[in-house]
Order: sequence, then structure tokens, then C-alpha cells
Amino acid sequence: MAEEKKEFWRWTESNWKSPDINWNDAKYMTVGIDVGSVSSQAVIMADGKVMAYGNMRTGSDSPNSARNALKFALEAIGDMPEDRMDYCIGTGYGRVNVPFADRSITEIACHARGANFIYGPQVRTVLDVGGQDIKAIQCDEKGKVTNFLMNDKCAAGTGRGMEVFSDLLGVPIQEVGDRSFEFKGEEPAAVSSTCVVYAKSEATGLLRKGWTKEEVLAAYCKAMAERIYSLVERVGVKAEFAVTGGMAKNRGVMDRVMPFVGLERMKTEWDTQIAGAAGAALFGFALCKKGKGRKK
Amino acid sequence: MLANYGYKDASGDFFITIDTDKCDGCGNCVPACPVGVFEVLDEDPNDPMRDEPVAVVSGEKKKKLKYECNPCKPDSDRPALPCVAACGEGAISHSW
Amino acid sequence: MISAGIDCGAKNTKTVIMKDGNIIGKGTVLTGFDQEQAVEDSLEKAIQDAEISRGDIQKIFGTGSGKESVKMAEDTVNEIKAMSKGAFFFFPHARTVADVGAEEGRAVKMNDKGDPEDFAINEKCAAGAGAFIEAMGRALETPLEEMGPLALKSDRDIPMNAQCAIFAESEVVGLIHAKTEKQDISKAIHDSMASRIVSMIRRIGVNEDVVMIGGVAYNPGFVEAMKRELKLEKIHIPDDPEYGASVGAAVLAAG
Repeated sequence: MAEEKKEFWRWTESNWKSPDINWNDAKYMTVGIDVGSVSSQAVIMADGKVMAYGNMRTGSDSPNSARNALKFALEAIGDMPEDRMDYCIGTGYGRVNVPFADRSITEIACHARGANFIYGPQVRTVLDVGGQDIKAIQCDEKGKVTNFLMNDKCAAGTGRGMEVFSDLLGVPIQEVGDRSFEFKGEEPAAVSSTCVVYAKSEATGLLRKGWTKEEVLAAYCKAMAERIYSLVERVGVKAEFAVTGGMAKNRGVMDRVMPFVGLERMKTEWDTQIAGAAGAALFGFALCKKGKGRKK
Repeated sequence: MLANYGYKDASGDFFITIDTDKCDGCGNCVPACPVGVFEVLDEDPNDPMRDEPVAVVSGEKKKKLKYECNPCKPDSDRPALPCVAACGEGAISHSW
Repeated sequence: MISAGIDCGAKNTKTVIMKDGNIIGKGTVLTGFDQEQAVEDSLEKAIQDAEISRGDIQKIFGTGSGKESVKMAEDTVNEIKAMSKGAFFFFPHARTVADVGAEEGRAVKMNDKGDPEDFAINEKCAAGAGAFIEAMGRALETPLEEMGPLALKSDRDIPMNAQCAIFAESEVVGLIHAKTEKQDISKAIHDSMASRIVSMIRRIGVNEDVVMIGGVAYNPGFVEAMKRELKLEKIHIPDDPEYGASVGAAVLAAG
């Protein structure tokens, strides 16, 4: 297992294989690898259908994390040689560190394509809140991006910002969501500072005034929600609305974002963490079909 | 596609938007910018199925636009932004 | 005429008492969580320093982010005006002023009377204020007052990529793990902060006589970084730069 890292949410490493697909029958086998700041996924597709995937923690070394995720997915299949792969695409924050990839594509393109796959073609807006960035994407019925932004400059609203508060208050990150609703009476107003550094001093002041940890958490989750929504607003909200990324599992933040959005979140049977890697594998398939696959 | 490069932080919104449907990859914006904010790539990293080259805001510059663009944005007597003026297709816009 | 200027800042509250154009008393206290108390305490300190009694002060002006807490003030002045007048008091030939405080950075261009003509502000984001160096000091496990002198020992150029104080903390931790010398990291921190402040100054125009006030001007590592970035041999700094805006408020109160 990769080195112990702080978790932004509760999840377990896993791999999976489709019982119905045989790689011998496929024309193109493609793989997408998404190396994020916290977790890495490899999705193996046979002619654009998910055959297997692996989902692991990202270690301290990105190239190894990419390789481990791929190995994990291959283990699920068991009998397929690695060189059966026709095309491999790397994506995510560590995408340039996938040494065996044929090409790297931004997580923007891959998340939109992946969301279209796992949520269906009705998805128009994708919000992804990760450990170190916030992405807001609008896409068409084919999963092609029509408008996007990615905010990775500022920690406000990201998993890292949440982690700072979890440390400050001594509340384990996986308890933040539930505990942010454990206050009496009306919900406290949002922390007014956007900057995480200043929000921290503001929170220290609130604790000194006698606020409970839960009230401070509520106020911060609310501030995160306002911040996240202000970014979504920039690209615009169109139905249907899908959420991916680690923060999707933090109800303290997401239950406060959705009233701003005014739509229901789309649901899926798939593990939302594989969206980026699935999109990458689909692009691999599309490029192969277009005759733009690996030069042999 | 509207590609919004840049960020929003507590001090404001700092995005350069490139409309890739208008951008023809001519590259006129590259020398027009005094601090080298733009580059033209043969493959659009955000649209792998695109065949034409496209202008993007390069790497680490994306996180410093507020500062990088300052010389072209005096508070008073602001002339036309050189990148916007250089783009014949009208594909570039600034949010601030 | 005896006047006082009280600058209630995010970190410290500073009072200056002036008599007929001369500074006769100063007092600074930590602002903490009770701004009104801090205002009282800093005024009291300055009164003792000036060896006068409170009734001797004819007019008080408040300024700074907490200026509304200066309850005894006849009036408040905005920070831009106060910093210009303060810088002008010390260096009447200068036209460009940078005020770098704990939570805000400002740059002003002023005319030959010390009135602001143009300004740029960085507020609400720690990357462009003293809080940045303070946060990096914690990551480097170095007290804030040692950060500047430490940076002066280095002549290496290490670029810092993070433009956010929170992400920069992780970058500093990464540099520590990569066995980078502390002094080199400290210089990198000051350089990255200076490049942001200087770009703000460039927006309003730089002339040769640049004045720097605000608490961060005490930091020799930051001043050196500013000189490198501005390509200037010298930056004008008053003896007590943190009182810059208080002096401006006191000057304005005196009319």
C-alpha cells in the first residue's frame, strides 16, 4: 500500500472487473490513468466499454502511483498481457508523470467525457472539487467541453482548505460533514474571509467568543459552499448537474452547495472517482478509431 | 469552447477567456503579450479531438495573471490590451 | 496644535501624537480580538510617551482596517490618504509609496502635496501581505523576526510556484524534505512575496524615490528582495515604518 496520507473523505482502495467482456474479442484495448493529488485510478476499456478498473491512493511518487493503479486494474482481469493495450492516456494533476502513456490530456476534457459516460448524455454541468483545485465544466451531449474553469491557484473551497480547518478544530476530516450539522438553533452565518489563512484567524476569534466546534464547522462549510458556487456560477449552471471529486462525499459542504444550484445532483451506479480515467480511456478509443492511435 | 484560464481568489476574479471556436491558432497573441502569457499548441490539451492548433495560457502564468497582466493594466488611461488587439478573431477577453 | 492619529490594523494598533509638525509620542499594541480596547491602550501608551495628558490632544483621526473602532476620533480617514500623507511627511520628494501591513498591501502614487493620485490594493488574500511571511515562518519553524535576517544569508535563487499561502506552506515543507537550506527557502519566500508587491507598484508606476511603510518594512530580507525586484539601490524607509499611516492621520487631524 502507498504511504499513509491524510484522507479528505472516506473511501477504500478497490479494483473491479466486468464479468461480461472478453479482451480477446476487442478491437481496441485502451487505458486511461488519472493521477490525482490524493488518489489514482486506471480504467481499462474494451472498445469503449469498461472492462476493469483500479482505484488507489497516490503515493509520494507519481510515476509509481500510475503504474500501481494500472497493475491493480490488470490484476482484476488476471490473464491479459500488458502489451495488449493499444493506447494509454494520462490525465489529472500528475498526468505528465505517467511515463508509459502515449499522450496526456487535461482533467477538464477527461472529466467531462467521463461524466458523460458514467452519468449519461443528459449531464451539462460538472463540478469537481478535489484536494487542491475546483473545476467547473459545461459540456454538450457528447461530453465535449463547451465552457470551463479550473481554480488551482487558491486553496479556498478545496479539500486542502477543509483539511486546515479539520486540523485547527481537531475534528477528523471524515467527521466534518456530519458534525457541521450538529448545532442548536439557526445555522450560523458563513465565515466571512475567503482566504483560508484569514478564515483561520476568524475561526479562532469565533471559538474565543464561545462558538462550539460544530458551529465553526457549519460556518466554514457554508463559506466553502459559497465559494464553490461562485465558481460554478462563472461557467453557468445548466441541467443536469453532476458532482465528482472527493468533496462530492462531504455532505457538510455539498448539502450547502446544492440549494444555491437549485437542481438535484445526478446519481450513478458507477464509482464517481473513476470519471477522469474513464474519460481518458474513451478518448484513447476515439483516437484509435480515428486512425490517430499509437504509431507502430 | 470557452476556456477560462486563471483564478478567483479573495482579492478578485482574474480570468483570461479564449474562445476556441474563434481561435484559429494563428499565434498573433504570442508576441503581442509583453510577458509571454500565451502559447500555441498543435494539440488542444482540453479538446483532444480538435485538429487545428490553438492558443492557451501557459503553465504557471495561469496562477499569476493578476500580477503578470498588471503592466498592461494601469489604473488610469488604460489603452487597449495588446493581446485583445492582436487577435483578429476576437477570441480573447479578460474578466477584470 | 496637538493632534493624534490612530491606525487600527489587523495585527497592531498604532498611535502617533504630533505637536506643531513634530512627533512627540508613539504607542503600539497588539490589536487582538478587542479592537476598541487596543485603540484605548495604544493611545494611552502614546500619551505616556509624549508626557502629556489626554485633554491636551485637540483632535484625533482614526485610520486602518479597524478605523470604526477608534471611537474617540473626530473623524476617520481612509488608509490610502493616511499612508500618502505619512510618507510625504517623511520624504516629501517621493511620489511612490508601498504600505505592506500584516493583512493588506497597498501602493499609492501621490502628487507634490502628498495627495494620492492613483492606487492599487491587495486585500483579503494572504499571498500579498505580511501574513504570507508569517505563515511561511511557521512552516519553516522559524520565528517571524528571524525570517528576514535568515534570507539575507542566501544568494541562491529558488523559484516558488505556489501563489497561495496555504499551497506555499506545502511547497516549503517539500523544500525542507528535499534538504534545501533554510536560508535559501527563506529568501525564496521573500522573493515571491516581493514580486507580487512590486507588480502592484508597477501598476501605478514606479519612480526612483520609492517609500516603504507598514510593519513588513522592518523585515530586512523583504526590503532587500524589494530592491532586487524594483532594481533600485535604495528604498526610503522611515525609522518607525509601522507608524506611517498613523503619522498621516495625525497630520490630517492637525489640518
